[in-house]
Amino acid sequence: MIPLGHYLVLSAVLFSIGAAGVFLRRNLITILLSIEIMLNAVNLSFVAFGRAAGDLDGQIIVFFVMTVAAAEAAVGLALVIALFRHKESLNPDAFTSLKW
Amino acid sequence: MLALIPLFPLLGFVVNATMGRRLPKALSGGLASLVMVASFVVSVISVWQLASLAPEARGTQLPEVVYTWFASGDLTVDLGFRLDQLSAVMILVVTGIGALIHIYSTAYMHDETDGEFARYFSYLNLFAFFMLVLVLGSSFPVLFVGWEGVGLCSYLLIGFWYRKKSANDAGKKAFIVNRIGDYAFLLGMFAIFAQFGTLDFQSVASAVAALPKETGFGILSISTLLLFIGATGKSAQIPLYTWLPDAMEGPTPVSALIHAATMVTAGVYMIGRNAVLFSHAPATMLTVAIIGALTALMAGTIGLVQNDIKRVLAYSTVSQLGYMFLAMGMGAFGAGIFHLYTHAFFKALLFLGSGAVIHALHGEQDIRNMGGLRKELPVTFWTFLIGAIAIAGLPPLAGFFSKDEILFETWMAGHWILWTIGVITALLTAIYMFRLVFLTFWGERAHGQLVPTHGQDAGTVLSDRGGSHGHAAGGSHLHDAPPAMALALIVLAIGSVAAGWIGWPHAIGGNNALHSWLQPAFEAPARAGAAEVAEAAREAGGEAAANVALERTLMLVSTTIAALGIFIAWRIWVKRRIIADRFAETYPGLYRLLLNKYYVDEFYDSAVVQPIKVGSTEGLWRAFDVNLIDGAVNGVASIVSSSASGLRRLQSGSVRTYAGSLFVGVIVILGYYLWR
Repeated sequence: MIPLGHYLVLSAVLFSIGAAGVFLRRNLITILLSIEIMLNAVNLSFVAFGRAAGDLDGQIIVFFVMTVAAAEAAVGLALVIALFRHKESLNPDAFTSLKW
Repeated sequence: MLALIPLFPLLGFVVNATMGRRLPKALSGGLASLVMVASFVVSVISVWQLASLAPEARGTQLPEVVYTWFASGDLTVDLGFRLDQLSAVMILVVTGIGALIHIYSTAYMHDETDGEFARYFSYLNLFAFFMLVLVLGSSFPVLFVGWEGVGLCSYLLIGFWYRKKSANDAGKKAFIVNRIGDYAFLLGMFAIFAQFGTLDFQSVASAVAALPKETGFGILSISTLLLFIGATGKSAQIPLYTWLPDAMEGPTPVSALIHAATMVTAGVYMIGRNAVLFSHAPATMLTVAIIGALTALMAGTIGLVQNDIKRVLAYSTVSQLGYMFLAMGMGAFGAGIFHLYTHAFFKALLFLGSGAVIHALHGEQDIRNMGGLRKELPVTFWTFLIGAIAIAGLPPLAGFFSKDEILFETWMAGHWILWTIGVITALLTAIYMFRLVFLTFWGERAHGQLVPTHGQDAGTVLSDRGGSHGHAAGGSHLHDAPPAMALALIVLAIGSVAAGWIGWPHAIGGNNALHSWLQPAFEAPARAGAAEVAEAAREAGGEAAANVALERTLMLVSTTIAALGIFIAWRIWVKRRIIADRFAETYPGLYRLLLNKYYVDEFYDSAVVQPIKVGSTEGLWRAFDVNLIDGAVNGVASIVSSSASGLRRLQSGSVRTYAGSLFVGVIVILGYYLWR
């Protein structure tokens, strides 16, 4: 049996990769993918905790997260398409007109 | 019953103030006069009730509590009235002379529009209401309500012709100068409450009577001195007298009622009302006497050279009030109130007479432009002459008895300096009054306008009616006082002759009824120190018998002085008019000093008004308000705006920056909880 710590380390690594992707990549679609990685890293730690505690709470929460993530992906991709139509670009730095 | 006395004028005020605009003059003026007459009738009945109390009950009063005004802790103040011998004299003067002046006013103010006419009478009635509250009130707070109320009415009536700047200024001056006195009066009230825990006149008197006379300068002296400062404001004494001569900007009947006969005597009344308190503070008493004597002398000298008929009378009023304070300070409360009472008659008469002259001359007030009115205005002339003789103090007219009693009491108290000042003032009084009489009624009408007039009266202010009449149209026929004015003049003339007779001194076969009538009012309630009082009365009786000869001599002196004054005035202003001018040329400095009223107004202006003005402009406005107050407000705004212009840089519009700051924020919060 794999100990809980291993799951959590993997989850943390995945989360960090996702976060780095969000901050460093300059493509909106890649950023959305990185967010999915972060969400799944969290899902992994929930499931691991649920398993360790021996109940279903962790798995229930994961189902919620998956639905929300699906919705988020739908809305996010729609926004990306709209933005692309606007500026012919997927670089987030192109969309900074909403400022002081 | 007592409450009815002030309530009648209040009724008149309410009616005239609310619907006077729509009433014809006959109705609004008639109503105002009628309520005063009604009030007078009730006063007479009440005084009759008081007088018919059993002799041993003398010194008791007719009290009446209308309702409890406020109760707070130990302090309970009733809206209470109390009629004693002193109040009795005052309400008869206020309602009696007040009614006459109301009647006179119906003719005098007839040129005003209906609305103005009603406004005038509503103020006059309101004044009567407050004055009656003042003299009937049974405690300091009730007296203070009247005290402030009459000040308000005085302001309103001085500034009655509000389109005239000088009238507005005079009204404000009166109000502000009075406020200074009122402030001291309030402090005096607080001091008394702090000391005795009560504000009822009778309780204070009882409490004070149990104390020994204060030597040195203690709480009694302080509180009475503060009260006296209040009195100097209301009764136009040094140093707060400057408002009264300016108050002559008001209509002449107002000058007669408020600024001669009643309101200005409030201070004298207040001291009489607190006779027990004051006589326990010898330091204050001496101050009162000295201030009174100095005021009498100073105002008398100024009165010698003034050229405005009403201003001469105003300074005369200040001077006579000084006499009253001299008497009060000497402890001769009866004499002071006696002079107050006779003065009300002849000074009201003189003012109304001057009003009749001004009315006849269509607003002319400068006596240099008058003259020779004796034949043209017979009623005015004869009544005015009676008033002048009365104030000069020739027996047996009213002024003689009261003035003589004051001088006698001063002599008896051993203050011969004050007595000398009093006698000199009596001489001055005779001179300036007869200067007025001779310049106005003797000689020839001054043709052509020698001196441009600035003073206007008799309703010519609000319209150009006066212009069409033309001032003093040469030798044309002048109209003597109309019936309503003549009635008031004649009644007051009779009063000026006869009013003094109730104080006919013992020394020449009278019984000085007023003196013994008033006596109980100046003593503590019978419970406290009855023996002492009786002893004092016996002592006084014994002394009086021994001093008959002295009193007669002094009477002779003051009669001679009065006659001498009249003679001097006759020599100068009838026989050889040139003397006065030559005198003025010989001593130009003295003449200008007197003409400019000792430059007191200028002194106050530079010593008080200008420093306050400069301090307010430069210090409070330009320094404090602009820099500190505005600086604080503007400073807060600019701090917010400058820090905001820095902070708004954070709003970069870049999504990744936002995400980064969110991330960092979460790390920081989590780190805090983990490492705590």
